[in-house]
Amino acid sequence: MNNSPHVHLPISVRVIMLKVLVALLPGIAVYVWFFGAAILVQIALASTAALAGEAAMLRLRRKPVGLFLADGSALVTAWLIALTFPPIAPWWLIVSATLFAIIVAKHLYGGLGQNPFNPAMVAFCVSIIAFPALMSQWPAVGFTDFTAQVRVIFESQSAQDAVTMATPLDALRTSLHTPEARATVAGILGSHATFGNIGGKGWEWIALAYLAGGLWLLQQRIITWHVPVAFLGVLAAIATVFSLANSDSFAGPTFHVVTGGAMLGAFFIATDPVSGATTPRGKLIFAAGVALLTWIIRTFGAYPDGMAFGVLLMNLCVPLIDMGTQPPVFGHKNGKKEGKP
Amino acid sequence: MIASLFSFKGGVKPAAHKDESAQAPIAQAPLPHRLVVPLRQSAGGAPLPLVKAGQRVLKGERIGAPEGNFSSAIHAPTSGQVLAVEARMLPHPSGLSALCVVIEADGDERWIDLVPTNYMTESPDALRDILRDAGIVGLGGATFPSHLKLKPGATGRIETLIINGAECEPWITCDDRLMRERADEIARGIAILRHIASAERVLVGIEDNKPQAIAAMRAALATSEGVEVVPVPTRYPAGGERQLIRVLTGIEIPYGRYGTDFGVQCFNVATACSVHRAIDLGQPLISRIVTLAGNVERPGNVEALIGTPIDELLKLASPKADTDRTILGGPMMGFALPRTDLPVTKAANCILAASPALFPPQGAELPCIRCGACTRACPAELQPHELYWFSRAKNFGKAQEYGIFDCIECGCCAYVCPSNIRLVDYYRFAKSSMRALEREKAVADAARERFELRNLREEREKAEKAARLAAKTAAGRQAAEGAAAKAAGAPAAPQAASPEEKPLPALDEQKKALIAAAIARVETQKVGVQPRNTDNLTPEKQAEIREIEARRNKVRELAKTPPEEPI
Amino acid sequence: MFTALLVMAGIALVLGALLGFASIRFKVKGDPLVDKIDAILPQTQCGQCSYPGCKPYAQAIAKGEAEINQCPPGGEEGIRKLADLLGKEFKPLSAEHGVEKPKQVAVIDESVCIGCTLCTQACPVDAIVGAAKQMHTIVSPLCTGCELCVPPCPVDCIAMVAVPETVETWKWRYPIIRLKEQAT
Repeated sequence: MNNSPHVHLPISVRVIMLKVLVALLPGIAVYVWFFGAAILVQIALASTAALAGEAAMLRLRRKPVGLFLADGSALVTAWLIALTFPPIAPWWLIVSATLFAIIVAKHLYGGLGQNPFNPAMVAFCVSIIAFPALMSQWPAVGFTDFTAQVRVIFESQSAQDAVTMATPLDALRTSLHTPEARATVAGILGSHATFGNIGGKGWEWIALAYLAGGLWLLQQRIITWHVPVAFLGVLAAIATVFSLANSDSFAGPTFHVVTGGAMLGAFFIATDPVSGATTPRGKLIFAAGVALLTWIIRTFGAYPDGMAFGVLLMNLCVPLIDMGTQPPVFGHKNGKKEGKP
Repeated sequence: MIASLFSFKGGVKPAAHKDESAQAPIAQAPLPHRLVVPLRQSAGGAPLPLVKAGQRVLKGERIGAPEGNFSSAIHAPTSGQVLAVEARMLPHPSGLSALCVVIEADGDERWIDLVPTNYMTESPDALRDILRDAGIVGLGGATFPSHLKLKPGATGRIETLIINGAECEPWITCDDRLMRERADEIARGIAILRHIASAERVLVGIEDNKPQAIAAMRAALATSEGVEVVPVPTRYPAGGERQLIRVLTGIEIPYGRYGTDFGVQCFNVATACSVHRAIDLGQPLISRIVTLAGNVERPGNVEALIGTPIDELLKLASPKADTDRTILGGPMMGFALPRTDLPVTKAANCILAASPALFPPQGAELPCIRCGACTRACPAELQPHELYWFSRAKNFGKAQEYGIFDCIECGCCAYVCPSNIRLVDYYRFAKSSMRALEREKAVADAARERFELRNLREEREKAEKAARLAAKTAAGRQAAEGAAAKAAGAPAAPQAASPEEKPLPALDEQKKALIAAAIARVETQKVGVQPRNTDNLTPEKQAEIREIEARRNKVRELAKTPPEEPI
Repeated sequence: MFTALLVMAGIALVLGALLGFASIRFKVKGDPLVDKIDAILPQTQCGQCSYPGCKPYAQAIAKGEAEINQCPPGGEEGIRKLADLLGKEFKPLSAEHGVEKPKQVAVIDESVCIGCTLCTQACPVDAIVGAAKQMHTIVSPLCTGCELCVPPCPVDCIAMVAVPETVETWKWRYPIIRLKEQAT
């Protein structure tokens, strides 16, 4: 190219995506520690499906396959799908969900950079609506036997009660929504085996590992502070207000922040640049909206976690948010722009 | 008085590469045999040539007169003979040609009589005219005529004068060397600029990676009241005019407004130096310092005459064998030259030899992932990714709404883009297309207006003619009626008046006769002239001529047939 | 039942009043469509569309009497803009009305001109200066390049020359990046 600039930072989409993957590693390590190596199988399944789907779609769309396959965006989608799905979900579920994410949510909208919705969250929502039972089949605390897990994944035998368990959010919601139980939040948290010190047993540590990875991404300037801070802040604020008002029916802020997809969502999902808002104020509004929707769906909705729905609903609002939050241009801060050629 | 520093948003920190060329003192480039001086070297109107081929000129003689006030004069860089005044390719990204004066140097370097001016006794208006006639333009790269920048704006006066020694673009060190070696001349230029603008205070902004330049300028300006040398943080584009004004004063100047409207104005250090030479010594702007750097053995700075061929200059620095292109300007805003035998102009601050190793080609362009890196880097606080979408989609209205004209094309966004998108190329395309559309629209509006005026006039004329004819026939009828009444007393039958046709054929005939006579005249003239240089022609040429003749005859036949519409 | 009727009637009244107010308050004068079409047309006033000027052609398009592809100076881009404005399908320029040419201006060979004033009368935008028996000249910034002055000239002294691109009018090209080439 003969035009300026003639120099360029040694940065690429590939580097950004690889850094996101690296930031997920601590979370995955803790995941394996608590829930066994099944999650690695899921990650491998999702990655293979994503790369295969991506390659096929690129070929169909007559795009350079090698160039786009190397950008790593399909892998990020795949890993996020694997990390949000139950680690002992049947293999065909994660494969078909990943293919759906790549083919429909990504490439049918135009591929990299063009998808209005977060592909991983599309996959999650489609699966939870289509297969609600399979999507709530989470491994019981202590079920870490790898061969047994693999058998559950590949032989599609309906998992035994002994090896599955409701997630903390699910358990809390089910108990609270059963009026005859007259349960209180404190009572449920104290009684059920799925709960740990502040959130779900194991899940709380995984969340902290995600937090560490997310902070590293912040330090690397891959993401900005706006989305995590606004998301976690608003989520904690609403939870605080309601638990102060009625601590028997509403869980507190620490519980909300470390359970479910909250921490993963705050640093890795809601921060997706393609489907998220881009202006600083827009990012704050976007993340606050996701947090509000997440809390509402968690507390009153029919699904255990609201993160995925919250993200998709706010994805819808992104063009409007961006349009309404355009920051003033240099020199035009005290009035209207008067740009004329 | 200590100026408190502000900052601008965005910016990038590319590797500076300034040490390579900043070590050696400024060298004098040898006098080239032949100089090509483009007439248009500043923003505004292209100067009109004052010389003809064959004419002898002296060093510093005016060869281009400013066209109106928004223009600047052009001078002969050396004494010699004008070989031609013709269109030559310009060092411009378009690779297009424009009028240039080609001078063969006689080697004498004989100056015109230089007339120094005592600036203390002259009025600001007179000094501004001297600057215009001395061809002083901004040497930072924009080449805006300096005399215009000294006109007081909306606030009535220029309170703060900013002297730009930031030189933020990588590789370039011409201002750095100039400040180190000619700080006294710059200081005198600053005094003159300050006098013309009657500015209260002067801030000299220099990036803090040039400690020697800061020290030299401080020493030279130590005795000046109200002049302060302020080191500014090193961050590209701190040397952008609006960015530097923002850093030093906190004032943000929007697109479409000038610093004078806000009581500040900014001049480059090299401009200040040339102002000193124009006023104190009477020397017009005929040379500038050019950095030679990049893929060369001996990087450095040379003082070159305007019009020196770029390849001759670059040879002084011995470019290495793997040099594949030559960039005029720095790596962030410069452009690769289509040819290297083009002349140095007043805007040429740096000549970079580029090699694939030094400036590696950018990777493949991927789709935008809206990561926001460009937004964080944009010093104009724009949303480059939005502008990219709009420019790419040729949605110019939206691009303008999002402030594309506030873009200073500094290249920060493209520098940081992880998708390797040539963002600035899209903005340049959109901006120049919009300017062209604007021009076309102005022309179309003028044409529409003239067409409508003409239609109105024709209708009015028709109506007037009809009225005249009606009056005539009425008068005739009255006369006829009178006669008829006298004769028989019977009422005359009202004639169906055909006002258009009746008197016109006569007019037509007359006109046609005139035209025919004129044609005959011209044809006899033509016959006298025609048989020239038609011998010794190739058969193809003769056939071509026959064809043209046939066409002409046909047109003549056509012209002889009467026009269809009444005139 | 009765209250429901009342409520419905009330809503109808209020909305009707609002609509009536809006129709008065936001009344559009003239025919904006013709002006919008006219704004797209290049204003060369050349008559190649078979209408006596750009405005009449715009009126004809607005009435649906003329096709949108009859304007050679506007070219393909003009047709595209008209198609966008009117929500019609794009059509290639109709050949019977002419071909798209680069922008040109008329130049009079002043040594041949006999001063017959035929061209000044043909010029739709009054861009030719001259009086009877005086040589004429064309004010090139005003010339739209319509070529209407060429046929009336009895001595064939008017030539159409293309307007060259200058540094001032030059446009940056649209960046075209071929991904396939890059990938290899």
